[in-house]
Amino acid sequence: MKLLAGYPEALTEKPFHYCPGCLHGIVHRLLAEVMDELEIREDTIGIAPVGCSVLAYQYFNIDMHEASHGRAPAVATGVKRVHPDKVVFTYQGDGDLASIGTAEIVHAANRGEKITTIFINNAIYGMTGGQMAPTTLPEQKTTTSPYGRDLDLAGHPIKMSEMLSVLDGSIFIARVSVHDPKHIREAKKMIKKAFLLQLAGKGFTLVEVLSTCPTNWGISPLAAIDWLKENMLPVYPLGVLKGGEID
Amino acid sequence: MAEKVLMKGNEAIAEAAIKAGCRYFFGYPITPQNELPEYMSRRLPEVGGVFLQAESEVAASNMVYGAAGAGARVLTSSSSPGISLKMEGISYIAGAELPAVIVNIMRGGPGLGGIQSSQADYFQATKGGGHGDFRLCVLAPSTVQEAVDLTMEAFEIADRYRNPVMVLGDGIIGQMMEPVQFNKEIDPADLPKKEWATDGARGRPRNIINSLALDPQDLENHNLVLKAKYEQMKEQEVRYATYLLDDADRAIVAYGTTARIATSAIEMAREQGIRVGLIRPISLFPFPEKVIAEAANRLDSFLTVEMSLGQMVEDVRLAVNGKKPVFFYGRTAGMVPSPEEILEQIILMGGGGE
Ligand SMILES: Cc1ncc(C[n+]2csc(CCOP(=O)(O)OP(=O)(O)O)c2C)c(N)n1
Ligand code: SF4
Repeated sequence: MKLLAGYPEALTEKPFHYCPGCLHGIVHRLLAEVMDELEIREDTIGIAPVGCSVLAYQYFNIDMHEASHGRAPAVATGVKRVHPDKVVFTYQGDGDLASIGTAEIVHAANRGEKITTIFINNAIYGMTGGQMAPTTLPEQKTTTSPYGRDLDLAGHPIKMSEMLSVLDGSIFIARVSVHDPKHIREAKKMIKKAFLLQLAGKGFTLVEVLSTCPTNWGISPLAAIDWLKENMLPVYPLGVLKGGEID
Repeated sequence: MAEKVLMKGNEAIAEAAIKAGCRYFFGYPITPQNELPEYMSRRLPEVGGVFLQAESEVAASNMVYGAAGAGARVLTSSSSPGISLKMEGISYIAGAELPAVIVNIMRGGPGLGGIQSSQADYFQATKGGGHGDFRLCVLAPSTVQEAVDLTMEAFEIADRYRNPVMVLGDGIIGQMMEPVQFNKEIDPADLPKKEWATDGARGRPRNIINSLALDPQDLENHNLVLKAKYEQMKEQEVRYATYLLDDADRAIVAYGTTARIATSAIEMAREQGIRVGLIRPISLFPFPEKVIAEAANRLDSFLTVEMSLGQMVEDVRLAVNGKKPVFFYGRTAGMVPSPEEILEQIILMGGGGE
């Protein structure tokens, strides 16, 4: 008999610590479902970041390695080079991946490391209390851009997926969102595609997931969904930026 | 007995790592240790291993963190400024209790410093170096053969304690050519499987490599576990050598290349009838404090000689514990103390007291 719905085996029983309305939990669930569907739970090693998802190692029912801030792609490189036949993914926030860990993600992608990165872009530093991230939008108020992000002072929202897709080592880069069921389904498809390409031994794969941080955006979960749609989608257009063919 | 081959220190250390069953190397170029990664880039593919030139030392040390967590014997090497960057990964490796070997071929500092030989990273190596309450086991060779032997031992110690081990050489050890032999060769396939490693939770409960503990009581408990390992190292891993100590009335304490220069000075002093001996720490952590403390009951004075402005001398003073005077002589920043300079100090330290 085939299980059509239920609690994913790739998640532990541990309740998430995420704030109400935070979308990290949805992405965890999608990842777990993909691992179950591909039957790779026992062959996958996940790398947790430093950020709100630092405790991801408590939630995925797989071998996990907790990295230092931004270095998950380097840790993943070490794991994958030792176990090239295993599936290795990193799960990273935008402070982790797009700020302190820029060098590590760029070079992992450029080397064509056969890993998958799940990149959660919520336009802010969640864990440390709502400071500006490199992905923070123009005029967006954060605790370290109290007058709104000033592009002269703080530069522009960084488009990591666009940057990474020009590197020869990356084979699949997609930007998705999880703000409604339709987009959640699409996000899962992209995550699955990335894992399939990794399994095919092709190269570096990344799925950027637009997400919310109601707590530090200072609005309700529902208002946060609207804010994402109105403000983030125009700056971070969804879609496959590179690749995606599975042959 | 294996045959002797003439090798540069850096290359000999690299080959020793391979002979110890290490198949993974992650590093970033820096003088004066470049021959080590270069050698690895040639040799590792021959033995089915992986050499990877990382984008930085920060990345390299975190790749080591990943590979060590995945259960491999893994090496990285660098020189002083690069080791500072590696300290992030090293602290995590120590916190997560993983085995790894780090080679530091020291050069002059601080800052960019210079590229000549130095021993100015003693504090960084022996007092933790990165953030948090941790220690590396630190081994300091004074010949190329000893660099080979200690590198091979470093992997054993790292596995035994699940703790990073540093081979601390100076630029001269790295660059010097000497005959060496490799008396052992380990096939990584014969090494015991690391049951805690992240290699996929196939048919077993999942493994987690982690250094985070948000509850302070949990974290303190974890720190106490680490401390117990360091105490065990102090019992079991102390290594030192002595030279002409039995009839001595005074002793030099020196390690690495400096100990060899001190040996020449001691021979010159002996010709003048001065009864001076040598205590050469080989493990810098754990520090051979007992042998120094015992010598302090018997000898009249000590002279610590370093290629620094005085770092190990603090540990010597702690070991002597005020019983006898401890003098210091050092050259730094790439300057090397000469036997004549040391001889002058031996005479000045005056065996009979001040
Ligand atoms: C070396 C280092 N610098 C800074 C921090 C503090 N820190 C922890 S999480 C974080 C930002 C996380 O933000 P992000 O990656 O966007 O993830 P989120 O919390 O939003 O999910 C920072 C700066 C740290 N832990 N380590
Ligand atoms: S702070 Fe923001 S990102 Fe972190 S758990 Fe809460 S809502 Fe999610």
